[in-house]
Amino acid sequence: MRIAELATALVLMGLSVWFMVLATALPIGWVPEAGPGGGAFPFWLSAGMFVCAALILWRETRVAPRFKRVAIFIHPAASGQMAVAAGGLVAMVALLPLVGAYIAIPAFMIGYLKVIGKTGWVTPILLSVGTVLFMFFFFEVSLKILLPKGWTEPWFYPLYAMFF
Amino acid sequence: MDMLSYLADGFAVSLSPLNLAVVLVGVTAGLFIGAMPGLGSVNGVAILLPMTFIVPPESAIIFLAAVYYGAMYGGAISSILLGIPGASTAVATTFDGRPMAQKGEAGLALIAAAVASFVGGTISVVLFTILAAPLAEFALAFGPPEEFALVLLAFTTFVGLGGDDVVKTMMMILFGLALSTVGLDMISGNPRLVFFDLPGFYSGISFLILAIGVYGVGEVLWTIEETRGSPKVMNARIGFRDLVDGVKKLGRTVRTMTMGSVLGFFVGVLPAAGATPAALMAYGLARSGSKNPENFGKGEVEGVVAPEAANNAASTGSLLPMLTLGIPGSPTTALLLGGMVMWGLTPGPMLFIEQPGFVWGLISSLYTANVFAVIVNIALIPLFVWALRMPFPVLTAVVLTLCVVGGYAPNARMHDVWMIVLFGFGAFVLRKTNYPMAPLVLALVLGPLMEQSLRQSLISSQGDMTTFFTRPISGTLMAISVILFALPIIKRLRSAGALKPAQ
Repeated sequence: MRIAELATALVLMGLSVWFMVLATALPIGWVPEAGPGGGAFPFWLSAGMFVCAALILWRETRVAPRFKRVAIFIHPAASGQMAVAAGGLVAMVALLPLVGAYIAIPAFMIGYLKVIGKTGWVTPILLSVGTVLFMFFFFEVSLKILLPKGWTEPWFYPLYAMFF
Repeated sequence: MDMLSYLADGFAVSLSPLNLAVVLVGVTAGLFIGAMPGLGSVNGVAILLPMTFIVPPESAIIFLAAVYYGAMYGGAISSILLGIPGASTAVATTFDGRPMAQKGEAGLALIAAAVASFVGGTISVVLFTILAAPLAEFALAFGPPEEFALVLLAFTTFVGLGGDDVVKTMMMILFGLALSTVGLDMISGNPRLVFFDLPGFYSGISFLILAIGVYGVGEVLWTIEETRGSPKVMNARIGFRDLVDGVKKLGRTVRTMTMGSVLGFFVGVLPAAGATPAALMAYGLARSGSKNPENFGKGEVEGVVAPEAANNAASTGSLLPMLTLGIPGSPTTALLLGGMVMWGLTPGPMLFIEQPGFVWGLISSLYTANVFAVIVNIALIPLFVWALRMPFPVLTAVVLTLCVVGGYAPNARMHDVWMIVLFGFGAFVLRKTNYPMAPLVLALVLGPLMEQSLRQSLISSQGDMTTFFTRPISGTLMAISVILFALPIIKRLRSAGALKPAQ
């Protein structure tokens, strides 16, 4: 847990430095006739972030590891489920523009429920079909928001002709 | 009398068939979301916000307020039946709700929670109705320095009263404010903080994307880790006779409910305080004022009614500064505020003048939402028990899917979906390392107002910072901010002083 605390503080310090550098693209001081420059607000906020992160890091390094509460970052009993949830989510999002929402999302649901839920086929299939129907009729037909289809786009031409 | 005529006009809006349907669907959805372990009002509003494009803006906000209300009721259900609070606002309900369920009194606990929520909701909505218009009228005198001072006050309440690590709270406020500056500079129009020159950052970081990431993806990961993915459900059956018996037994808790409601409302009005501390404070007060404090924690019905009345009252209370001043009192109201801005409704005193129909329609919808919520809550208890038996992975898969589709829908950009994933993973790590999330979301929502008011004030005062201290209202607000900011330091010095003799 202590390593996670230290690493998080370091990452936040790094982020704040990056923000400061990017903010300097615009003036960070007083601009005559125009007031504070466009980079001033983000720059000084990021500087504040840097100070806070440095304080957190300093506080953490002052406490010897043996005095820290013994805690683990992710409980081993949950790590498998978390890895599948996180990995599945990333895979689903990566697949969205390629194979489209109507393949990526059911694939995620079926895969996730089979691996983690250890269910039979009925629940994942029913849930996937229900989700696909909801997505199509709610987002595409009612709200006119087209979800990504990837190479499955031509499959939808007859449906577009029917509903739009 | 004006107030009553405005309220009557408001009912004409909120009792229209569309808005009644919207309230009914909203409270029912909120109840289910609130009842799910780990999901609360903020998750519900974040996930369902993109779905509201189907109705007009006024109805969309009424829907989201109804989701908020329903989720506050629903939080008690998982606290009692699973022993896992639906959201942090229902933590205090587990203290006695769970022991009651274990004693076979789950039905009574659920009825007590629903009735107390109704009482809390009703008292707080009446207080809201009385206070909203005068507060909005007062806020009409606000200029940029007052707006800046007010936003600063909202942030310093997090530092002074939030109860989290002070440095980490400040870190999250600054982080949220910095993220709010991503995109085009509001005065010069030049791009700034455009990471890797990705076009998606030119339009800034939407509060919705951050909220779905933090309260959707992040919350799912957090709940999997906390529950190891296998919560246990207690059974509850409620017939008409149980309902009558339950209500009779609650007669002796009227004083506790009233105390919880009034306390909850005023704690809810304070930014950073909100429903969780309100519920915990009401629980503590109920225990200290009880004739049988030793029964608390072992299944005492007063231990359920006090926090439930308080957390519902606080949810209404936190709407007051959001609607009248444009300053949200909680992450959920921050999302409501963001939603209103998205639909061109700017919360604040001018809204009462420019859109009285909407404002009073929303206020009156809180009355109808409260009535619907208590009816739907009690009527659907068997359904909630069934829903809570749903395999946890099903809930996880559905929420993650809704996050992805809901995040993509508003702008149809994959950039937003990737940002949701990034924020979700980041939020999990930050929460695990005890960084508070609420200040981050609030800061992202309030950032543009803070920067605009700061820059306008400094331009008109030619860079003179004393402008914030010399005007009566902003000076008072700044003074309170300074006190709140100093509060943790004073506390620390006092506790260090108290320790010295012992050492």
